[in-house]
Amino acid sequence: MSGAPLVALRGVGKRFANGVQALAGLDLEIGPSEFLAVLGPSGCGKSTALRLIAGLAAPSQGRIVWDRAAEAATRAPGGIGFVFQEPTLMPWSSALGNAMLPLRLAGVPRAEAEARAAAALAAVGLAGFERAVPRELSGGMRMRVSIARALVTRPRLLLMDEPFAALDEITRWKLNDDLLGLWATERFAVVFVTHSVFESVYLAERVVVMGPRPGRAAAIHGLSEPAPRAPGFRTSARYADSCRAVSDLLSAALAAPAA
Amino acid sequence: MTRGARMARIVAPAALGICALAAWEVLVALNGIPPYVLPGPLQIARTLVADWTGLSAALAVTLRITLMALAAAIVLGVALAILFAQSRWLANALFPYAVVLQVTPVVAIAPLVIIWAKDATLALLICAWIVAFFPILSNTATGLDAADRNLADLFRLYGASRWQTLVRLRLPSALPYFFAGLRVSGGLALIGAVVAEFVAGTGGTGSGLAYVILEAGYRLQIPKMFAALTLISAIGIVMFVVLGLIARLALRRWHETAGAGEE
Ligand SMILES: Nc1ncnc2c1ncn2[C@@H]1O[C@H](COP(=O)(O)OP(=O)(O)OP(=O)(O)O)[C@@H](O)[C@H]1O
Ligand SMILES: [Mg+2]
Repeated sequence: MSGAPLVALRGVGKRFANGVQALAGLDLEIGPSEFLAVLGPSGCGKSTALRLIAGLAAPSQGRIVWDRAAEAATRAPGGIGFVFQEPTLMPWSSALGNAMLPLRLAGVPRAEAEARAAAALAAVGLAGFERAVPRELSGGMRMRVSIARALVTRPRLLLMDEPFAALDEITRWKLNDDLLGLWATERFAVVFVTHSVFESVYLAERVVVMGPRPGRAAAIHGLSEPAPRAPGFRTSARYADSCRAVSDLLSAALAAPAA
Repeated sequence: MTRGARMARIVAPAALGICALAAWEVLVALNGIPPYVLPGPLQIARTLVADWTGLSAALAVTLRITLMALAAAIVLGVALAILFAQSRWLANALFPYAVVLQVTPVVAIAPLVIIWAKDATLALLICAWIVAFFPILSNTATGLDAADRNLADLFRLYGASRWQTLVRLRLPSALPYFFAGLRVSGGLALIGAVVAEFVAGTGGTGSGLAYVILEAGYRLQIPKMFAALTLISAIGIVMFVVLGLIARLALRRWHETAGAGEE
């Protein structure tokens, strides 16, 4: 990452009311249009970190520092998109209704919101499915609606919490490539939480490896690969090398005694 | 559900009912049981036709009170649930009293209500409402709190107002719960309406089906009692079916079991 970060976590800790210390001393910097993957074992506080960045919870220790120039636009409603592990759609609402929710909440008139949501659905490959309700869509399509909803406000920062974990591998690969395509055109910053070494290496410019709870960044692996990835990258030796390097970092992080 | 399974759900109870009625008729005829002890189904049907003018008027009265009580239960139940959802403090303060109202037998409250309420219809309405409102209140309150946590976070992330969150997230989330409560409340409204009229007795200005049963009892017009009983059951069954149908239609879009797409 070069230049001033869009947002930086400095020594961030989170202690819940029940006494669980989910995060401790987490340092993390996210560049203005960086694709950052966060990799770590279950329960190390990845989701918690995303919620802190989104402003859905406040850190107990440390600070979250935003770029002065970009802060207002990013932290205004619609400046941050969030994609959960589950599609998290409103089952009573159509794909279009779900995708335009952020705009409707911001008071955008219906006609304009519909047009922009339809464009967002088309961008994720769902043109023609505007009127379908979630239960008529496949798991992959539901996740696409969820991504369209996150992108419909043209956010500066996209937070993704294991978005493709519940999908089959073929669908996941397709969505990986589509996400990279969207990122290449829109240039938003991404924090992508995943359990998968392979997915993190394939997608991200940098991979942050977190240790067991209380989570903090144990290691950072930067990839020299130009993004988005060229076809054939998945089978290249460079990819295999990076996967091995990140795997080793993860093993080391898991072996290290928790602070 | 397949077409066959749905047919079976109608045909099976209907066939059972017809067999039972036939057995009843035969039993009464063979043993020569007099009508003032146990009338046969055919005689009850004849009474239903012969006394239709009086019975239908009573039916209209009971039906009206039941539906008005149900409407009041819906409006006040939902309104209270929304009020509860606005403030935990308020919910904690009020909910115990709703429970007290629910667990106190209506026969015990009815005489008081009848004394206090000037209007007889109003008294019956209040009693029926007391019996009917709780399932709607408690179900809707549960439903309003059952909105998906992540969706609620999403609404927060996009700066949704309290009102937007209520209308666009919490109320739709509560809809299946509300309909589950409504189906129970429908039956309870009928029970409340009939029980209250019984308590009011012939001394009241009652003219509903309960009054018909009481009066017919005094005069030993047992077939008429059975006819009125039949009508009360009919109201209950029709209401159960209609409310179920309304729920199916309203929830068609997201309720897996109610969807036409699953067949
Ligand atoms: N609201 C909460 N109250 C109390 N403890 C919590 C809360 N949210 C999370 N935790 C705890 O904090 C720890 C970190 O949770 P978090 O969900 O951030 O982990 P994660 O890295 O996202 O795990 P996973 O990979 O399984 O999703 C866990 O031990 C969890 O039980
Ligand atoms: Mg998580």
